Amino acid sequence: MRYLPKSDAERAAMLRDIGASSIDDLFAIIPEEYRLARDLEIPRQMGESEIVDHFKAAAAKNANGYASFLGAGVYRHYRPVLIDTIVQRGEFLTSYTPYQAEITQGTLQAIFEFQTMICELTGMDIANASMYDGSTAAPEAVMMAMRVTGRDGVVVARTVHPEYREVMHTYAQHREVSSGQVAVEVGYVENGRVDLAALEATVTNETACVLVQSPNFFGVIEDVAAIAEIAHKKGALLVVAIAEAVSLGIVKPPVEADVVIMEAQSFGVAPSFGGPFCGVIAAKEKYVRQMPGRLVGQTTDTKGRRGFVLTLSTREQHIRREKATSNICTNQALVALMATVFMTVYGKEGIKELALHNLAKADYAAKTLGPDGKLLFGSSPRFNEFVLQTDEAPEALNARLLEQKIIGGVALKRWYPELGNATLWCATELTSREQIDAAAGVVASAPASAVAR
Amino acid sequence: MATETEKFVGKTRKVTSHLTQNEGLSFEKSAPGKKAYRLAELDVPAADAKALLGDLAREDTGTLPELSEIEIIRHFTRLSTWNYAIDLGMYPLGSCTMKYNPRVNEFVSRLEGIAEAHPYQPEALSQGSLGILRLLQKCLLEITGMEAITLQPAAGAHGEFTGILLARAYHQAKGNPRKNVIIPDSAHGTNPATAAICGYEVINFKSNARGGIDVEALAQAVNEDTAALMLTNPSTIGVFENEIHKIADILHAKGALLYMDGANMNALCGKTRPGDFGVDVMHLNLHKTFSTPHGGGGPGSGPVACKKILEPFLPVPVVEEGKDGQLRLNYDRPQSVGRVRAFYGNFGMFVRALAYILANGPDGLRQTTEDAVLNANYIRKKLEDLYELPYNTASMHEVVFSDRRQLRNGVRTGDIAKRLIDYGFHPYTVSFPLIVPGALMIEPTESESREELDLFVDAMRQIAREVEENPEMVLEAPHSTRVSRLDETTAARKPVLRWKSRD
Repeated sequence: MRYLPKSDAERAAMLRDIGASSIDDLFAIIPEEYRLARDLEIPRQMGESEIVDHFKAAAAKNANGYASFLGAGVYRHYRPVLIDTIVQRGEFLTSYTPYQAEITQGTLQAIFEFQTMICELTGMDIANASMYDGSTAAPEAVMMAMRVTGRDGVVVARTVHPEYREVMHTYAQHREVSSGQVAVEVGYVENGRVDLAALEATVTNETACVLVQSPNFFGVIEDVAAIAEIAHKKGALLVVAIAEAVSLGIVKPPVEADVVIMEAQSFGVAPSFGGPFCGVIAAKEKYVRQMPGRLVGQTTDTKGRRGFVLTLSTREQHIRREKATSNICTNQALVALMATVFMTVYGKEGIKELALHNLAKADYAAKTLGPDGKLLFGSSPRFNEFVLQTDEAPEALNARLLEQKIIGGVALKRWYPELGNATLWCATELTSREQIDAAAGVVASAPASAVAR
Repeated sequence: MATETEKFVGKTRKVTSHLTQNEGLSFEKSAPGKKAYRLAELDVPAADAKALLGDLAREDTGTLPELSEIEIIRHFTRLSTWNYAIDLGMYPLGSCTMKYNPRVNEFVSRLEGIAEAHPYQPEALSQGSLGILRLLQKCLLEITGMEAITLQPAAGAHGEFTGILLARAYHQAKGNPRKNVIIPDSAHGTNPATAAICGYEVINFKSNARGGIDVEALAQAVNEDTAALMLTNPSTIGVFENEIHKIADILHAKGALLYMDGANMNALCGKTRPGDFGVDVMHLNLHKTFSTPHGGGGPGSGPVACKKILEPFLPVPVVEEGKDGQLRLNYDRPQSVGRVRAFYGNFGMFVRALAYILANGPDGLRQTTEDAVLNANYIRKKLEDLYELPYNTASMHEVVFSDRRQLRNGVRTGDIAKRLIDYGFHPYTVSFPLIVPGALMIEPTESESREELDLFVDAMRQIAREVEENPEMVLEAPHSTRVSRLDETTAARKPVLRWKSRD
C-alpha cells in the first residue's frame, strides 16, 4: 500500500522489539467472535490513475458545459488562482487546530485577519473563526440569543433560506419552550419583504430573537432598520443571516443587528455540490462570552512579541463539557482561509467593484427575462437574484432550457406553494450577456399551450 | 557540582533552526490604490447602485487591505512557514488521527464536473455526485457493519448531535424520549455537550481501574430513563472495550441504545466492525480515519451510521436508486428528524474519503489499521521505562502515559510537549483524557516510518533526561520557535479579537 512507509522486514523487526509474535497478538483484546476473518467487501485497491479515471467518469455524469442561473444559497463566483495555490500548501492543508500556538502562528494570524475582515464587512464588533455553514450558524445564533436574553421564543421570517429554517426546526424540535414560540414563522408581503405588521404582532416579551435574511431568499434586501426596531422594542435580539457574502460589497451592512450569521461560500469557495462551505457568526462585543465556536485573540509572548492564540476557551466543550455554549469542535478553518485570501485579493475596492458587476448582471438579466414572464417583487431593491413568474410550469420551462444547455432558475413551489410557477434566478459576474440573452429567448418562446395546470 | 554549561541538553537530530520571514498583518501593509484583481470587461450596462438600491447602497466597505498579488502570495506563504504540518513530520496528537492526506484526493475533488456541481442542479445532471455519495455510503456501511447511513453531518460533533437525535426520535416514537445519556469520564468534551443540546441530562460515569467501563456499575446505572450510552471504542486511552457485548446487552435489556463515538475507528477498520459488536448508532470522522485534511481545524465530515431500527429517523434527503438505475434524493420521510445541515453535507470531503478508500481497498485498510496499532505499541515499548503507564491494558492505536515521574522535578506534560517542538515534532495531546492526571496521549498513526518513530522516541528519551538533569530547559521550552510561550491569561482577560487601525 503506497501510503504506508514500511517494509515487511521492518514490520517484523518492530514486532520483535515489542515482543509480539505476530500482528494478531496486538489485536488479541478484541473478542474472537468479533474479529473480522474476511476481506471487507469494498472495491479492490486502485492505482492512482484508476482513481483519477473513476472520478473523471463521475464528473462526466454531472452537468458539463451548461450555462447556469442557479443561486439560492450557493453562488458561482470567479475564484482567484491564488486561493487554491495557498490552501494547497501543506503547512495550511495538513495542520491541525492551532492549540499549540508556538508552531501554528500562520493559521492563527490568518484567522485573526479573517475575523477582522468579517467584522469590517458586516459592521459587527467580533466574529468567530467559523461555523460549519450558514444553515447551522442559524440555530447556533438563536441558541446564543436565548442565553443572552434568558428567553426561549424565536420568530423567523419565511424569507429566510428554507433549508436554514429546516435546520433551525431540527435543532428546536425537542426543546421545551415556555413562550410557545418554537421558531414561529412570519410571512412576506407583495414586495417580497418581511410582513412588518405580522412581525410586530408576533414578537412578544418572551421572544429571544427575530431571525431574518438579507438579501433574503428571493434576493430582496430587507428593511433591517425597521425589523430591528420591532425586535428591540420588545427586548428581543435581531439576528440577520447573509447567504450571499458578495452583497456586502454594495449593500449596507446590517449594523442594526445584534448578531450576524453568514455563509462565506461566495468568497472563493467552489459550489462542490453543497459543501464544504464556511459559516460565520459575528456579533456586538457585549455578547462575546455567549459566542459559540473558536476565537483567535492577540497577545504577547514571554519576550513581549506579538502573537496569536485560541482564546476564551472556557466557553467551549473541551473545557465546559455539558455547560459549553455549543458542542462545535472542528470548524471550517481551511475554507475560512480561502475566504480570507479572497477578501485580501479583492480588498476594499475590489469587493465593491465585484458587487457592482453582480448588480449590473442581475439587473440586466431581470430586465431581459422579465418582460416574457413577470418579475415578482420587482419594485424592491435586490442584489443578484430575482423571482420570475411564468405561465409555463417550471419543469416544462427548465426542460426546454436544458435542451439549449441552460440550467434555469430554481422552482420555488417546493417551499412556497403559493408562488405557483415562480422560479428564482441568479446572475453573477460570471454570467455572460450572451447566456442571459439565450435564456430570455427560450423563456420567450414558451408554447402557447404551456399553461400551468 | 555541574556548571551551567555542563548541564545536559539534548541533540535535536530531526531539526536545524533556520530563518523564517517576518510578516505583519495584511492591514498593516495595505496602501490605498494597490490592487490584486482585475475584473472581466462588463458586457452589460453598468449598474447605478444609488438608483437600484437607494439608501441601502453601501459607500464604505471598511478596512479591507489593499495589496498587490506578489505581496499577497508572500504574505500567506510566509505565514504558512510558521505552521507545523503532517507534511513536515509526525503529528502524534492522540484521538486526532493526524495521518497522511493523499494529494490525489485534492486533485479529484477539484475536477471541474465535481467542484462546479451546484446542489440544486437537476438530478439527471447530478448522477456523478449522487454516485459518489452512494458508493461512499456502501463502503462505510461495510466497514462499520451498520445498516443505514447519512453523510449530512459536517463534523464529528455534528455527527454526535445527529446520532443522539436519532436515538431521541426512536425513543419518542415509542412514546417517551427518556431523560439521560450516560457518558464515561474518559469521553471527549463534545459528548456531554452534545447530549446537553439534545435536551438530555448527562450522567458522568466513572471509569474502572483499567480505564474502561465497569460493567456491573453500568448495570446499576442503566434504567428506563436512559436513552443511550455514548462510548468511545477504543477508549480515549487507546483500549478496546473487550466486554463490549455485555455493555450492549445491558443497554438493550432496558431499551437503551449504544452510541459509539467513532473518533478512534482507525484502530478497527478491516479488523472488527461496530455493527457486529452491538453498536446501534455511531459517527465517523472522515478527517480522522479517512484521510481528509484537517486544514488548521476543519472542514471535517461526520457521517452517522445506524441499525435498521433507526433508519426511519435519518435526516432528509436520502439517496435512493430507482428501478431505472437513476439515483435520486428522497425527501418524503415522515419520521425523519429533519435536516441537520443545508444540502447534502461536506461533499468535497466525501470525494476525498472515497478516493482514500479506493486507494486502499480491503487489504490496504486492514494493513493501515495494523500499522497504526503496531506504531503505537512500538512507542509504548520504547518509552515505558521512562514514562509512567497509568493503565497497563493493551494499547490499540494510541498510548497514554502520565507525567508522574517528571512531576518530581516540577515538569508537567505541557512542558514536555513544548520541548518536543524544539526536537521538530508536534506535541502529543496534552492533559487528556481527564481520567489520567498529567496525560501524554500519543497516536502516531500508520503514516510514520520506523525512522520517524525512532527520532520521536529519541526525542522523548532525551527530554526525560533533560527533566532529570536540566529541568529549566524543558520548563522554558520551546526555545526554537518564532514566539515563545504566549500569555493566554491576558488574551482571555482583555480579548483583542480583531485588528483596529490606529487612526
